[in-house]
Amino acid sequence: MIYSVVGHYSLILGLCAGLILIFFSIQNFKNTNQLDTKILSFSFLQLFFVLISFLSLIISFVISDFSNETVFNNSHTTKPLFYKISGTWGNHEGSLLLWLLVLTLFIFIFLLRTKNQPIKYKILTLGFQQVIIIGFFLFLIQTSNPFNYVFPVPEEGLGLNPILQDPALAIHPPILYLGYVGSSIIFSSALAATTLKMISTSWAVHIKKWVLISWIFLTLGILLGSIWAYYELGWGGFWFWDPVENVSLMPWLALTTLLHCILVLERKEILTSWVIILSIATFTLSMCGTFLVRSGILNSVHTFANDPERGLFILIFLFALIFLSLFIFFFFHQNSKDNSSNFFWLSKETSILVNNWFMMYFLSVVLIGTVYPIFLDVISSQKISVGPPFYHKLIAPFLIPFLFAMAIGPRLKWIRSDFKDKIYLISLLIISISISFFIVKNFNTNILINTILISSALYLFFITLRDFFNKKYKNFAQNTAHFGFSLLILSILFNNLFSSEIITNLKVGETYDNSKTKIVFESINQKKEKNYKSIIANFYISNSEGINNNLSPELRIYNQPNITTSEADIKTTLMKDKFIVINLVQNQDYFNVRYQVKPFMMWIWLSVVMISLGGLVSFLQKRI
Amino acid sequence: MKNKLISYSIILIFLTIFAVFYKSLKDTNIYIPETKINNDIPIFSAELLLSKENLTSTEIFEMDKFYLLNIWASWCAPCRDEHPILMSLSKNNQLKIIGMNYKDNKKNAKSFLDELGNPYEKIIVDKNGTNSIEWGAFGVPETFIIYNNKIIKKYIGPINREFLIEIQKIIK
Repeated sequence: MIYSVVGHYSLILGLCAGLILIFFSIQNFKNTNQLDTKILSFSFLQLFFVLISFLSLIISFVISDFSNETVFNNSHTTKPLFYKISGTWGNHEGSLLLWLLVLTLFIFIFLLRTKNQPIKYKILTLGFQQVIIIGFFLFLIQTSNPFNYVFPVPEEGLGLNPILQDPALAIHPPILYLGYVGSSIIFSSALAATTLKMISTSWAVHIKKWVLISWIFLTLGILLGSIWAYYELGWGGFWFWDPVENVSLMPWLALTTLLHCILVLERKEILTSWVIILSIATFTLSMCGTFLVRSGILNSVHTFANDPERGLFILIFLFALIFLSLFIFFFFHQNSKDNSSNFFWLSKETSILVNNWFMMYFLSVVLIGTVYPIFLDVISSQKISVGPPFYHKLIAPFLIPFLFAMAIGPRLKWIRSDFKDKIYLISLLIISISISFFIVKNFNTNILINTILISSALYLFFITLRDFFNKKYKNFAQNTAHFGFSLLILSILFNNLFSSEIITNLKVGETYDNSKTKIVFESINQKKEKNYKSIIANFYISNSEGINNNLSPELRIYNQPNITTSEADIKTTLMKDKFIVINLVQNQDYFNVRYQVKPFMMWIWLSVVMISLGGLVSFLQKRI
Repeated sequence: MKNKLISYSIILIFLTIFAVFYKSLKDTNIYIPETKINNDIPIFSAELLLSKENLTSTEIFEMDKFYLLNIWASWCAPCRDEHPILMSLSKNNQLKIIGMNYKDNKKNAKSFLDELGNPYEKIIVDKNGTNSIEWGAFGVPETFIIYNNKIIKKYIGPINREFLIEIQKIIK
């Protein structure tokens, strides 16, 4: 009870601090001899208030204070402590509070760490950031207050959605938010820099760290969500082109493009329009994602509540920000000397530009696939859903030239380049094509497209691999990330091509047998845990290569709320995953059993980690 | 000039997106079973609430007559609100009112009718709610107008005075 009061009032105090900060910024903006120390202290105060508020919500969850509506709706006394804490951000209100916490934290760090930049720029960035922060404060207090009372106080809470009770998902939101919110700093800073006409190489050097930070966290956040979906949802895949996944991929694509543009801007004052637009796009796409999943327009596990009022608030806020940034862009930005048509066709600049257009194409495909159903529904009230085939058909062919460009591009020189060691490049190409043809021929019918796809990925793989040992080649960070990307594409392709699946219905004691695999359903155990009952099935699986495994998938019947989830049992080895999941069949004594062998799953995760490692290396690197 | 045109068109595009999102916010995105207007009524057989008879749909709904099928339950508060309108409709000889008692306890249903009156000519028991699904209903209360074994009108939620006037028009 007391914690709800503390939390609620510190939110209001935080809002006040925001308003005072805006006032001080305006004052300080007129007189820019030095940064007002009050600004720094109020910024810290704001962070402090939000932190207090966030901690009180955590405490309310830990002590199961059901007089708090958020706790009542999302917690239960029998829940393990870990999930009580992670339940704090496993719901709409709490996750918005987390947003706010990261927002205030980042702007404070920004003020603290930004040196060698004009005072005016720092103040203006703070001003834009405070507009966003105040918007979120109002949203939180108005429509989704995490500290609402329930009276009379209920005895017991409603419980956290069981599929969210998972370690990967407990850290997925904070990590993803660090990425999303990091993009808000980039947004504010780009707007400030545009207004002050100081988009330049020195600004690029300064903002690059922030771009890298948010990029690393966004990449890892998406990875965690994907890992969770793989073993928790029991579909045996890692990416479903679900709208919710897409809205996290879109900012990533924009941010990745921005990262490459910033790398150019760091050296030459070109592509400035690209940089500004991408900074705006990354943040608005993150906000747009929040809007789409939170308003209930798209249904998913992330849709915590269908409240049109909330959706309306985010929608108006989002478009206010979009129009503000468009106004600033058109009013202040002068497209100076950077004329992209002047680039020599074979140069690093051109290859970055090519990369940009490819990324924009992928982004539009994902964007159209995600929002087109909404538009169609509104305009003609037809309901359609856009599935994986759409994305695969539109993305896969364009991945081929993209991968080649990725292999060649970094080797080119600035301004003007020519092909050196042609023989080596061509011979690697021939090797890649022949290897991939050899692989595909033995397995698959659709030879042409797969051969070309694999060979393009292999080409990138070999070139980046060789560059690791090439002493002349210094760009270790970029090479790591590109190598990781080639590995990712290769793993996904091999995973798609060589996965096998058996779906059958089995009773206890029965055996499924085909020429390659034998599945024995040995026994069933029941177990009672604190907040769920579980049925554990024991399977013995042997294959023709003589490798035997015992796998025990599980069905969990949660008591609060009453939901059954299937927990897949996955035997992970370096080269392949064995994945088995069972499902209840209504009114029958047999279970539906799905057994999959999925090669290279491990490598998909590892390669994404490697990609973000590339970002980390670049982040830690001192500029030469 | 060219620049202005670009900025105006961009603003226009964003306004359109805003409008579409705004509208889709207003629409419910809950899946609605297809309204079976002008479709034949489903064929079923069911127990009656007040007598122990078992009737088939063809025995209940005759040709050339207007029927009103009302899905209700004693636990449903809006059903209570619409009950007086059903009572007044039951005085109309051209329209026969059939009740469908949805997922209800027999005792409660009977005391509901004792308290508020019984407007129904017959009441079908839909103990587990399957009949209602066959009709394309997704909750209580819901009201269908039937003529010649076809559903000619469907009304979701408690009926009101306007609906009453509409029904009277249809019958005439």
